[in-house]
Amino acid sequence: MSATLDAWPFVIAAYAVAVSATVALMGFSVATLRRAERRADALDRQGKS
Amino acid sequence: MHRFANPARFVRIARPLTAWFGWVGIVLVAIALTGGLAVTPPDYLQGETVRIMYIHIPSAWLGMAGWGGIAAASFTQLVWRHPLAHVAARATAVPGAVYAAICLVTGSIWGRPTWGTWWEWDGRLTSMLVLFFLYLAYIALAQAAGREEGGQRIAAIFGLVGAINLPIIHFSVLWWRTLHQGESIGLTGSTIDKSLIWPIPLSVLGFSLIFLSVILMRMRALLADAKVEARLRRMASI
Repeated sequence: MSATLDAWPFVIAAYAVAVSATVALMGFSVATLRRAERRADALDRQGKS
Repeated sequence: MHRFANPARFVRIARPLTAWFGWVGIVLVAIALTGGLAVTPPDYLQGETVRIMYIHIPSAWLGMAGWGGIAAASFTQLVWRHPLAHVAARATAVPGAVYAAICLVTGSIWGRPTWGTWWEWDGRLTSMLVLFFLYLAYIALAQAAGREEGGQRIAAIFGLVGAINLPIIHFSVLWWRTLHQGESIGLTGSTIDKSLIWPIPLSVLGFSLIFLSVILMRMRALLADAKVEARLRRMASI
């Protein structure tokens, strides 16, 4: 390993990339699901009334 | 398998599993990453950068497993015409692409202090980059296909053909010996020291459960969209 480089900024950057991408993926999936289910429920209610 | 062909039955089963997979995955990943950052010792050769493997290994596994899932779903779609197979393949593509990208970025971040370079056109790195581009192409194809059966079949054939890249990624470190190290973890054992290895299975399992939870969410969203679309079409034709 290169002796001139402090490893911790690289470690923190790698963890930040992985964790933030995972959180964004989960958040985006939850939002997409909620939006789709709300639309389906609204149409169901519209059909019943 | 055809027991789950009914979307309503699938959604009934998937709803509780989505939450369970998600929460258990988050807990396991939190334990693994805390262990990887604060409990395990630095490697005698790599120093602190070895900690990057606790996120790099699961993301590499999920990038490849995601395409394995697309290929299996594509095969099921083409052979048995299972109604949920295309939905499953389409739902897997975006999370697969995200983890392939995480694998490439974290590998690059690890490479700079370890190899002295951000990127090298060696077999493993290049074949993983090809996998990422295959994901992007599959996402575009599946999006363009929409509900059209012919387009969905083309996407399925692409999903199957793209699986050729998986053994290339796996064996690349044996076929072309360049910068990337050989296999560290195999079915029969590992070359990694016991004090360093214990967070890896937790991390792989945790990220895999989160990945499954995301796929289930995306499948449910696609099915809800299809239901809305079908209902609107019926209403328009009355």
